[in-house]
Amino acid sequence: MPDLAAKKKRPLWYNVSLLNLPLPGLVSILHRASGALLFLGLVWFLFLLDMSFASEAGFAHFRAYLAHPLVKVFMLGFLWAYLHHFCAGIRYLFLDMDRGVDLPAARASAYAVLAVSLALTVLLGTKLW
Amino acid sequence: MVERTVVGAHYGLRGWLAQRITAVVMVLATLVIVIGIWSAPPLTYAVWKGLFAKWWMGLSLSLFSLAVMLHAWVGVRDILMDYVKPTAIRLTLEVLFLLALAYYTVWALQILWRT
Repeated sequence: MPDLAAKKKRPLWYNVSLLNLPLPGLVSILHRASGALLFLGLVWFLFLLDMSFASEAGFAHFRAYLAHPLVKVFMLGFLWAYLHHFCAGIRYLFLDMDRGVDLPAARASAYAVLAVSLALTVLLGTKLW
Repeated sequence: MVERTVVGAHYGLRGWLAQRITAVVMVLATLVIVIGIWSAPPLTYAVWKGLFAKWWMGLSLSLFSLAVMLHAWVGVRDILMDYVKPTAIRLTLEVLFLLALAYYTVWALQILWRT
């Protein structure tokens, strides 16, 4: 008779490396991560918007603040998060409508989401930098 | 053939649908806002304030703020349901995040309509 207790104790090893995921899986987890990041960033965006409208001095402060290299790096991160969430979200809207659900199409659109959001981040990032 | 009647409160469906409708609203609002900022002359304080005082910018940003609140609430709730198993902690976090989102929405609308 097999020893059930010993069987249960067998070590499990899951490879949770993001790069080991199929492409649609990578887009999916990044969609979740970017959404969480954007939620956490909300308070900062509102703070900045508030500052920029407050007064002439506030606006000058806002521009100087945004010119700081560290702030720019963070902004670039948030820009990517927004663009990825935006593009992946549009992909999910189509998948929800049963468009592009077969594997080759889903893989191609997942690749497109990653590529387009990264390309737009570089494009808009260099423009805003 | 078995006719099955789907019963339940449909809260899940409502949230799911709200998330998708708000997503479409935000896509459209994003395009209006980006084009608005892009086509503005060099940004000075007066230009910046004038831009956000335009009715279509105000409308887009207000809709965007309300949409973010609903959209983020569904997303945050999904994430908490997936990763935070102890009910007491999850419920506490849900209340905190909901209050934060409500506060952000009021704050956003206040910023937008003050100008």
